[in-house]
Amino acid sequence: MEDMKEKVEQELGEMRLTFKSRKTKSVKWRKTQLSAIIKMIKEKEDEICKALFQDLGKHYTEAYRDELGIVQRSATTALNGLDQWVLPKKTKLPLLFFPAKGEVISEPLGTVLIFASWNFPISVSLDPLIGAISAGNTVMLKPSELSPNSSSFLAKTLPSYLDPKAIKVIEGGPDVATLLLQHKWDKIFFTGSQRVGRIVMSAAAQHLTPVTLELGGKCPTILDDRSISKDIKTAVKRISGAKWGSCSGQVCISVDYLLVEERFTSSLIDMLKQTIKSFYGENPKDSECVSKIVNKKHFLRLSGYLDDPRVKASIVHGGSTDEEKLYIEPTILLDPPLDSDIMTEEIFGPILPIITLRDIQGSVEFVNSRPKPLAIYAFTKDDKLKTRILSETSSGSVTFNDVFIQYVCDALPFGGVGESGIGRYHGKYSFECFSHEKAVMEGSLVPEFEARYPPWNAFKLSFIRLAIVEDYFSLVLLMLGLKK
Amino acid sequence: MSKLLAINHTLCFAKGFSRSRLNVATSPFLISGGSGYCSKTCISYRLKFTCYATLSAVVKHTPAFDGKEAALLVDELRNNFTTGRTKGYEWRISQLQNIAKMIDEKERCITEALYQDLSKPELEAFMAEISNTKSSCMLAIKELKNWMAPETVKTSVTTFPSSAEIVSEPLGVVLVISAWNFPFLLSVEPVIGAIAAGNAVVLKPSEIAPATSSLLAKLFSEYLDKTTIRVIEGGVPETTALLDQKWDKIFFTGGARVGRIIMAAAAKNLTPVVLELGGKCPALVDSDVNLQVAARRIIAGKWACNNGQACIGVDYVITTKDFASKLIDALKTELKTFFGENALESKQMSRIVNSFHFKRLESMLKENGIVDYIVEGGQTNQEKLKISPTILVDVPESSSMMQEEIFGPLLPVITVQKIEDGFKVIGSKPKPLAAYLFTNNKELQKHFVQDVSAGGISINDTVVHVTVKDLPFGGVGESGIGAYHGKFSYETFSHKKGVLYRSFTGDSDLRYPPYTPKKKMVLKALLSSNIFAAILAFFGFSQDS
Repeated sequence: MEDMKEKVEQELGEMRLTFKSRKTKSVKWRKTQLSAIIKMIKEKEDEICKALFQDLGKHYTEAYRDELGIVQRSATTALNGLDQWVLPKKTKLPLLFFPAKGEVISEPLGTVLIFASWNFPISVSLDPLIGAISAGNTVMLKPSELSPNSSSFLAKTLPSYLDPKAIKVIEGGPDVATLLLQHKWDKIFFTGSQRVGRIVMSAAAQHLTPVTLELGGKCPTILDDRSISKDIKTAVKRISGAKWGSCSGQVCISVDYLLVEERFTSSLIDMLKQTIKSFYGENPKDSECVSKIVNKKHFLRLSGYLDDPRVKASIVHGGSTDEEKLYIEPTILLDPPLDSDIMTEEIFGPILPIITLRDIQGSVEFVNSRPKPLAIYAFTKDDKLKTRILSETSSGSVTFNDVFIQYVCDALPFGGVGESGIGRYHGKYSFECFSHEKAVMEGSLVPEFEARYPPWNAFKLSFIRLAIVEDYFSLVLLMLGLKK
Repeated sequence: MSKLLAINHTLCFAKGFSRSRLNVATSPFLISGGSGYCSKTCISYRLKFTCYATLSAVVKHTPAFDGKEAALLVDELRNNFTTGRTKGYEWRISQLQNIAKMIDEKERCITEALYQDLSKPELEAFMAEISNTKSSCMLAIKELKNWMAPETVKTSVTTFPSSAEIVSEPLGVVLVISAWNFPFLLSVEPVIGAIAAGNAVVLKPSEIAPATSSLLAKLFSEYLDKTTIRVIEGGVPETTALLDQKWDKIFFTGGARVGRIIMAAAAKNLTPVVLELGGKCPALVDSDVNLQVAARRIIAGKWACNNGQACIGVDYVITTKDFASKLIDALKTELKTFFGENALESKQMSRIVNSFHFKRLESMLKENGIVDYIVEGGQTNQEKLKISPTILVDVPESSSMMQEEIFGPLLPVITVQKIEDGFKVIGSKPKPLAAYLFTNNKELQKHFVQDVSAGGISINDTVVHVTVKDLPFGGVGESGIGAYHGKFSYETFSHKKGVLYRSFTGDSDLRYPPYTPKKKMVLKALLSSNIFAAILAFFGFSQDS
């Protein structure tokens, strides 16, 4: 650990020096790095997919869709947008300040730290990195130790593509994270759990370091079957794809539970079962398209949920597990007790509780009685319900009639609110997340009115009263002595 | 409990303040002294005012507001927030209009309170606090509809067919903790942002400006919706009780030390924070400037700005060795014009807020040999809490005057060989809240704007950038986190919710398992927004192969 301590200090020192040299401020440098990320994704596609398979059993296509594709897209967006993003924003100044001009300049924060999570170990590492580079920072990236193959891939490969004096990868677990948090950073970007999020923010407070916390929460999905009866099949397919089709539900924006009207449950369960079958065949355990649970700890957490006898009694489909293969079958629960762990904790796995309501309008109250989630999904064509969801609930984002897709919409900020996180990124928001918006006012040294300066008198007070409401006509009168 | 103790322990710096507040509130000298000051106002008001001060002392002695009370308060406000009352345009606009009305109707009282707390000259109070708050409020009233409108954004081919918008929503119940140096502005301006964004608010004004604090408590309950907007007065115990609650945002103005405590307390509940701190704001003065204008603007940003007790005030000046004496002469001349021969007696300048800060500043002057560097001023009057405008040349870098934020009427001038060397001096210190440059040299201006990292920058002026509502106001690094003013205030107290509307058409199997190589190819093209490649891939061709 002593070695590690020295290494961190040395690397941090080098990154600060690099930042000071102003190299990372040049747009050309930033673009070179962004292009190099795209190049790496293209050249190392097989290697990355292999690492993801080893860590999480992710299928090649799934890996491409959720990780490589996302990174490539983000880097391309940044590359195309950068020239525009770095431009100073001109602002209007009141006439009173003439001939001064005002603008807002985005400047890099300095040396930033990124903690990535294990569920999307490539995209959740590189997506924020792209933002930090676009904004011109030097970056230390710590991938999650729970996805060791992806972590070592990044540590091994990034230095050969990116400027190693400005962008560094450090591998390790909580001990290394603790070590990193003892130092002063200009920003900390963290993706992970609320528990660790609190630790990160407390540590950041000691250095007054701003944080972005990308956390999670129980994302509800509201299924208003009446208003979408014609499209119900598509809805069920989309929900199933989100729950089981992406990293076996180990996603912060995954469908956590489903809210539906009581009378529709039996047909819904049939449809869900059919969809699972069409995705993974008769025996999902043998399917190549199911991601595994990341490790034993999480496996035990999830199987522990199911071991609660009250929860076990609510299983209507699946429920089988295989500890050796870290496999949990796509599982459906009907009305598990609301005070059971599975309904109070974020599930983060392939178990889908269905909660029945008398009236789907009650879903708003149900959602509001719980912490603010990262996302709310609602399948409905009822405009009244849409408006209620939008104006009466609070969440990181709301997506109507689909799932996940908000994540790839670069024009939308991605981030939580309340327990689901602090700050936002994606697209231009990633750039802003790692920039300081500096207000600049450029004046001239032409002498101006006396009213700004003491000694104070009644004339000056009248002057300021008029100036502040920009009543220029009265101001002129006052100057000419025509106004009391 | 241990955390609570820790906060109490670390806040002991501020604890000194709360004790001194008690003295201020109960000391007969200050009450009578206070009414003595109010030479310009009506007697009835003066009497009423004395009454507030006594009242605040009474409140202080009854330990009414503890953790339990704080929890009840937050619960009540949260319940009222949950009814949706504060979300509507009507509620927001009516509260904002009430604030505007309050400022118009109670301008006199506000000016009085500021005089009581800081001997702030009426015009300075009006210019820096009252009119600034009023114009923020008027801007919010004028723009609220626009700010509240959802922002439609373009969606990409990947998510086609869909539409997207960004909806601003209130965060919930927020806490504003303000400072004593601009006790009205720094309390009401963030509250305007919080209300505009539709939140329920608790304001904790600074106990070090007790007259303004109790005035705010009275005026808010008189003019604003009591069920959702509250003022809690008090010092360390009250603040600790408040910080123990779960808030949806904490907005703090004050020192870096307390800022750390606030952020650590917020971390416990994952509450986002805005920290408006300070720092040593430099003014770099080139030798090609109009001397009189530069000198006046430096004075405006130092002594005419709450006597240097401002987070964006000029902390120190850097200039070239050759030019220093000219600049200092100009400063001396203009100081005389502004404050007369005997600045210590001048009514044109605020006093030092309390004896704690007076002693702090005095000890800076009394430090080993510092007195030898004084070229102007240096006189003090402890009874009246006055320190004359003081200029010092080339005080040692190791002196506390150059290590800490001065926050008072002392102005060290640091001389350098070339003006460019000034960048090194600035760069060697933590990032300040504001940085100022006086020069006609365009190249130097460009260099300064690009290379000096600070919350904000004014070229050829001081402080004015803060009054421009279109510019974000906030620090970076040690000088703070987050920004506000104008629309930025609204955004600071809002969550930007991404909303995506999808239709049921346009679903394709390639999103779902079982996964096939063809699906990967199409996805690849789609995700890079390459429609042509996507179409090719659909038909089984790949550009890769």
